[in-house]
This record gives sequence, C-alpha cells and structure tokens, in this order.
Amino acid sequence: MSGARADALGIAAFVLVVACAAFALGSNVALTFVMMALYATLMAQAWNLLGGFGGQFSFGHALFFGTGAYVQAIAQVSGGINAWAALPLAVGAAGVVGLLIGALAFRYGLKGSYFALVTLAFAEVFRILALSLGFTGGGVGMMLPLRASATNLQFASPRGYVLMLLGFVTLALAVTAWLRHSRFGASLQAVRDNEDAARALGIAPFRVKLIATVLSGAFMGAAGAFYVQAFQYIDPAIAFGATTSVEALLGAIVGGMGTLWGPVLGALALHALAELTRNLFGALPGINMVIYGSVLVLIVMFMPRGIAGLGVALRWTRRDCLGGAREHDRERTKGQP
Amino acid sequence: MFDFSILFPSLLNGLTTGAVYALVALGLTLIYGVLHIINFAHGAALMLALYGVYVLRTRFGIDPYLALPVMVAGMFVFGYALQRVVINRASHGKDENILLVTLGLSIVMENAALLVFKSDTRSIETPYTLTTVAIGPAMIALPKIVAFFGSLVVAGVLLWVVQRTDLGRAIRAVAKEKQGARLMGIDVAHVYALSYGIGLACLGAAACFLLPAFYVNPQVGSGFVLVSFTIVVLGGMGSFAGALLGGFLVGIVESLGGLFLGDSLGQVGIYLIFIAVLLFRPQGLFGDRV
Repeated sequence: MSGARADALGIAAFVLVVACAAFALGSNVALTFVMMALYATLMAQAWNLLGGFGGQFSFGHALFFGTGAYVQAIAQVSGGINAWAALPLAVGAAGVVGLLIGALAFRYGLKGSYFALVTLAFAEVFRILALSLGFTGGGVGMMLPLRASATNLQFASPRGYVLMLLGFVTLALAVTAWLRHSRFGASLQAVRDNEDAARALGIAPFRVKLIATVLSGAFMGAAGAFYVQAFQYIDPAIAFGATTSVEALLGAIVGGMGTLWGPVLGALALHALAELTRNLFGALPGINMVIYGSVLVLIVMFMPRGIAGLGVALRWTRRDCLGGAREHDRERTKGQP
Repeated sequence: MFDFSILFPSLLNGLTTGAVYALVALGLTLIYGVLHIINFAHGAALMLALYGVYVLRTRFGIDPYLALPVMVAGMFVFGYALQRVVINRASHGKDENILLVTLGLSIVMENAALLVFKSDTRSIETPYTLTTVAIGPAMIALPKIVAFFGSLVVAGVLLWVVQRTDLGRAIRAVAKEKQGARLMGIDVAHVYALSYGIGLACLGAAACFLLPAFYVNPQVGSGFVLVSFTIVVLGGMGSFAGALLGGFLVGIVESLGGLFLGDSLGQVGIYLIFIAVLLFRPQGLFGDRV
C-alpha cells in the first residue's frame, strides 16, 4: 500500500470516528471536550504547515488567528453579512496577511530566530492597532449578537461546532497529506532541510515558503473565525495575544513537527493535560501555562521529535547505539600516533 | 507644533528610560555575542528581578538601591544554573531549540509569578519616590536620574570586565572562536554559563534602578522582550557600544511617540522600528554590511 493511500485511509478513519463520536456523545461536557480538542488541533496543524514542513518557526501565529476572528466579527456586525459568507472573507484575509508578512520576511531573507521575532512583532503591532483603532471596538472588544441557527453558523449545542471544526481539520489533514506526497511538499521540505541545496536543485525557496505561509495563515484564520462563532466575542488580547501563538506551536512541537498525525496527537495530549490540571488544581490562574511551558522545555530537551517521533525513536535507538560506539572507537584511535 | 518646554522634558524622560533599556539590552547583547543564542526569557527574567526587589522592599524593608548587590548576585547565580542545567542541555546544537526552550522558560516564569503574586500591578514606596529635580524647564523624578547614572556606571563596569579582566578575555575568546578557546584550556561550558549569568545579573541591577519609578506585574517582561531585541538589533547584534546608543534611541522614540500618538499607539513606533531594522538593516545602524 502506498504512503498516500495509507494517509487517505487514516484520514477517512479519523473523520468517521470523530463524526460518530459527535452523534453518539450526548453530554455537552464531552462534546465541548471534543470541540476544544479539535480547535487546538486546527491551530497546531496550521502552525505545522509552515513550522513543521517549512522549518519557519512563527512566534506570532495569533496574527492570522486574530485577523480571521476580527474579519469574521466585523463583516457580520458592521457589514451585515451572513456568517457563512463572512467565513471565506475571514479565511481569505488571514491568507492575505500571511502573503504580505511572508513576502516581506522572506524577500529580505529572514529565517530562524529572526523570522520568529518578526512574526511576534507583527502580532504585537496588530494587537496595539486593534486596541487603538475605532472599527475594532478597541479594548472593549466586539460582541456578536446571539442568534443560534445553522443559517447563522451559530449552534445551540457544541455538536454543530464539532462538525464545523471537523470540516476544517479534515481539510488541513488533506493539505498535510498532500505536502507529504506531492512535488510541492518535497520542495518545501527540501527548503527546510537545506535552502542552498534546494536552490541549487532549481527550487525557488521564496515562492515555496510564501505558499506555505499563506496556507498556514488561512487555516489559522479559520480557527479565529470558529472562535468568534462559538464564543460570540473577541478582543485584542484574545485575538493577537501571545497565548494563542504559543498554543499553536506547542501542539505541533509536542506532537511532532512535520508529521501528519503529530499535531492531532499533540493537541489532544495538551488538551487532556489542561483538563487534568483543571480538575487537580481548580481554576488557579497561570497553573495551566506553567505546565504548558514546562512541557515545552521537557519535550525539546528529551523528545525533540515529539510524540509522533517516539515510535521512530525506538526503532532508531539500536542503530544509534551501534553507530555511537563506532564513532567512539574512531575518536579514540584518532588521537594515537 | 510642540514647543521646547514640552519636548525637552519628554526628551529627558526618554533618555533616562533609555539608560535602563540599554542596561537590559547589554545583558541580552552579551548573551547573544557569546552564546549566539536569542534569549527569549530575558523579559521574564527582568520581571522576576523586579519581583525580587519588590519582595526585598516590602518584606525586609531593604531599600532598592541597597538591594543592588543582593539582586546582582542572586540573578547571576540563577542565570548560571539556568544555562547549565536547562538551556545548555536542551539545545542539541540547534538555534530553534534554544528559542523554544527560552520561550518555555519565559512562559513558566511569567505564570509562576501570576500564581504567587496574582495579576495585580504593584509598586513600592520609598522616601524619594515623589522627589523631583528641576533641569531647565523639566521636572524629572529623582529615581529616574539615579537610574540614568546608575545604568551608565553598571554598563561601564560590564565593559571593564569584558575588556580588561581575564574573565573578559576568556569570554571574548569563546565568543570569537569556541574550538580555539577550548584548546587553550578554557572551559567553554563554564564560560557560557558565566556569560548567561552576567547577562541576567545586568537585569538584577536594572530592576533595582527601575522599580522605584516603575511598577511590576507578571506581564511586565513581555514589553521589554521586544524592546530589548529592538535595541540589540539596532545596535548591531553583539555590539556593546551599539546597545548603549540603541537604548537611548529607543527610549527617546518611545517617549516622543507617546507624546505625539498617545500612550497605546505610541508603542507601535518601537515595533515598527524593530521590523524595519530587521528587514532593511539587519547588521544594525552602526554595524558594517556583512
């Protein structure tokens, strides 16, 4: 069975399981858990497209999230547009912001830590603008009138949102699978691993990274649009604050960057961890983020390939040991005359 | 548009803030110059130092300026241990990993502070908090003047250590040529941790100068992260003189930006400078083209 077909089957199974769960689960608590886990998954997948496959670490993915959220809210509140029609606008706007930021950053060759810092700075600029400009409602934020009906993309039960998110997550999985098996995906990963070598092979790194940024931004914008529909509220701190950016990258890194199922696993694990701490410690402010931060440090220290890399790591351990011993022998004999 | 009597105090205010910014950025520059890592936890570490000064004052009644030796020593030890135990082990030789680890550390520090101190904004009262000094048409708070000169003195001491002592020579050797330094018998891991410790010790000093005229809350560091990166990049990564000048420049821009655009929008100026410098002059204002 080819890798592409295996991925397609896996995605189909995932959709089936989640859809069944959505209809089988009766309690709102369980449905909310699924909803929030899918929401975290979508953000992690969005980050993974650029960070995992493109090697461009963004510290400011809230930029796209907030753009999507604000466009979704403003289009309905000020523009009087239906929520379904606002959705492509929100996703598109986030993609356009990705295009602009990516074009600027990559045109001037920013990579590594500098790319991370510049995305963070842009997120801050957007946060301050949202706080200061009139049409965003300023620090008070924007409220969406509550009109629960499917035509307004507002649902009385979390089930509706689970299905909405499942649609986006499935699309993101499909795009990720496409990256794994397409020529474009191969180019993107080549640029990630060695940009100079990729250029020598005739790949245009600027174009490849730019497309990845637009895709990543668009999916993050979809997460922002979902947020507004589900919670009917957005303000500058939620939209462009660091927490959202951190959550996006954390899910992908914990799960395993540059893999298909890593972000799903990572988001699920983190979300379960968050629920667990809430049950153990109650609603202590900050405890969740203390644990998230510690997990990030520990994962980078001990499991740089994330959860999805565990299986691979186990297979590699034996080979590494042998290789390491040989290396050691060579090192020891080298110093002798 | 604005006459001198409004511009001048604003300029002076910018200069005094800029001196503290410069001190914060000097620590970051040292860490970048030697370890070649971007210390994302710099702002959070400053926030912890501010809480340190706050606790020393409110619990033990120690004056912030007298707390300086304690804070410098404390932050140095904290930094040394943090680098040796956590950052060094997690890097696996990759820049991105260090960025992620220091991001994780800053999240932990910020939210640990939130757990312990709650999100309230706190400040301290000293006999000289409200004392002002007249310089021409400007009335400047005494703590800000102390901060200005104090920061310059600490910066001078730091430069002296790096330029004139054996420790400084070891640091510069490691910064320039790690392998060569190791062959000369320098313990590179030790120098790395020392540099990180000194970088955070600068924050201990900055916190002592800052708090009498400033405040502390768990998020206070995040504002300083981008500001100090702006300064470091502006001054040319790893340059001490550049960081000093950059600090003053950013302090003045912030102060004038606040005057012309209002407090919230005025902050945008710094971020825009940061983005513009990274994009168009990554070697800094004073650096040579690479």
